[in-house]
Amino acid sequence: MNRIKAIIVKEWREVFKNKFVIFTVSFLPLMITALPLVTLYFAGGSEDFGGLSSADLPPQFASLCGELSGGDCMLYYLVTQFILLFMMVPVIIPMTIASYSIVGEKTTRTLEPLLATPVSTLELLVGKGLAGVIPAVLATWGGYLLYAAGAYLMVDNRAVVSKLFDPLWMIAIFGVGPLLSLFGVSISVMISSRVNDPRVAEQISGIFVLPVVGLFIGQVTGLILLNERFILWMAGVLVILDAILFTFAIQVFQRETILSRWK
Amino acid sequence: MNKNKHVIVTKNLTRFFGETLAVNQLSLDVAKGEVFGLLGPNGAGKTTMVRMLAALLTPTSGEAWVAGYQVGTNDQEIRSRIGLLPEAPGLYDALTAEQNLAFYGEMYGVENIQQQIQRYLELLGLWHRRYEPVGTFSKGMRQKLAIARALLHEPEVLFLDEPTSGLDPEASRLVRDFIAELRVEGRTIILTTHNLEEADRLCDRVAVISGHLLALDDPKELRRKLFGRKVVIHLKKASQALAAELEKFEFVAESQVVDNKILLSVANPEEHNPVLIQALVEKGAEIQFVGELRRRLEDVYLELMEAAKGNKDE
Repeated sequence: MNRIKAIIVKEWREVFKNKFVIFTVSFLPLMITALPLVTLYFAGGSEDFGGLSSADLPPQFASLCGELSGGDCMLYYLVTQFILLFMMVPVIIPMTIASYSIVGEKTTRTLEPLLATPVSTLELLVGKGLAGVIPAVLATWGGYLLYAAGAYLMVDNRAVVSKLFDPLWMIAIFGVGPLLSLFGVSISVMISSRVNDPRVAEQISGIFVLPVVGLFIGQVTGLILLNERFILWMAGVLVILDAILFTFAIQVFQRETILSRWK
Repeated sequence: MNKNKHVIVTKNLTRFFGETLAVNQLSLDVAKGEVFGLLGPNGAGKTTMVRMLAALLTPTSGEAWVAGYQVGTNDQEIRSRIGLLPEAPGLYDALTAEQNLAFYGEMYGVENIQQQIQRYLELLGLWHRRYEPVGTFSKGMRQKLAIARALLHEPEVLFLDEPTSGLDPEASRLVRDFIAELRVEGRTIILTTHNLEEADRLCDRVAVISGHLLALDDPKELRRKLFGRKVVIHLKKASQALAAELEKFEFVAESQVVDNKILLSVANPEEHNPVLIQALVEKGAEIQFVGELRRRLEDVYLELMEAAKGNKDE
């Protein structure tokens, strides 16, 4: 446990001196928090929503609104669109950190003395993984809390605001978020074990953000209905996927191959 | 070979990288407290050998024991008992000297980390720079810090892979002096180097390798085996006639006159020099100095490499 803790602290001391990492870790959650708040600011004050009825909304979504009026239901619909946007934070941040922390060890040739210590591959990857997962999860939660606070101040209807704390959001932010972080880290570890440039690792890892983007587009276009059932399914699939990917990442991280191939 | 007496024992240790044979059937042993040099040209397999013994690479075939544990079977145990200074120091530039050592202290499970950090930073003259990022350190300071890192957990065996490579003469000397101090302390050290003077000065025994083992002995013995011992007698006036007189002795294998010197190949100068001096005095020669021609380890090394090249060509 001490070794894992030491690795996490060391990683943070290192990667948070990289301006690009600081930019990604701070700017992305801020942008993703600001975007829905700005939208709410303008939409919350719009009187156009008042004239809407549930019939104007996608029929599957209207069923989620319960007692809300048409305008409030529209507002809730708008608010919910941003869940998947928030889901990008826990994927992208650990990918950036893990890419720099693992490939960085290669480029600075710090890996050989580290691998010559009794640290196990599991301890090493858990430490490096958590160094990416923890800030990502904290940034996601922080962004969500800012968003909720902003919505509380901007939206008059408390029934709409309270929807931000319903099980759909809770499972998404506190369940799916960390699972997506683990997904991002496992992908980055696998890719970083094969490439020699952090930027290349990050770009290749970036491809794996696309499923989340796809879900976001699907939700916006009405192809996917983001409800509790969907989010629970997503969480279930991620648990299995994370277990497989992390096990595979440990397998791929061949200490010997990495040492003899990296120059 | 006694695995209890020896800290390192290898038997026919071999390592391939794909089709390339890096280390070929290397068998050697290193005793506790010995400073053992691994010499050889680039690509001779020195670093591969060190990496196998440091449980970083698995041998393709053969066996090796380090600190009583078999390589490939008890790697974790081996890693906790060795210290490694790789070719590149591999320090974290963004971290301070103290943070670098503290991190490795945790990796090795050192209990009294702070004391050990202070001990080695003071020994290596880096204590006053402990709060500074390693990125600001000179090459020599980085190398010293990497040595401190390798010693932090008081390893049974210390592997130093080209410790003075790329350092300026002053930094090289500092590092060499520190290794000499470690030698006095009775540490077991495996030293790979291109600097043959360094090996000559620091090593109890050296192995000259070029994939396979070319020679293994203490530097003095290697010189003797390869070149024999040569006595140089400086005279006021040397001549072929005097040399011929000395060659009459059975123990003189060969003689040569160079300027005012007579060079003689003699098996045991300590015993035979008085006889030679007496003979020269009787012949009326005026002796100025008598000494032994010291071959450098470099001569031994080059001779061995030349012979290895010759064997390969054949």
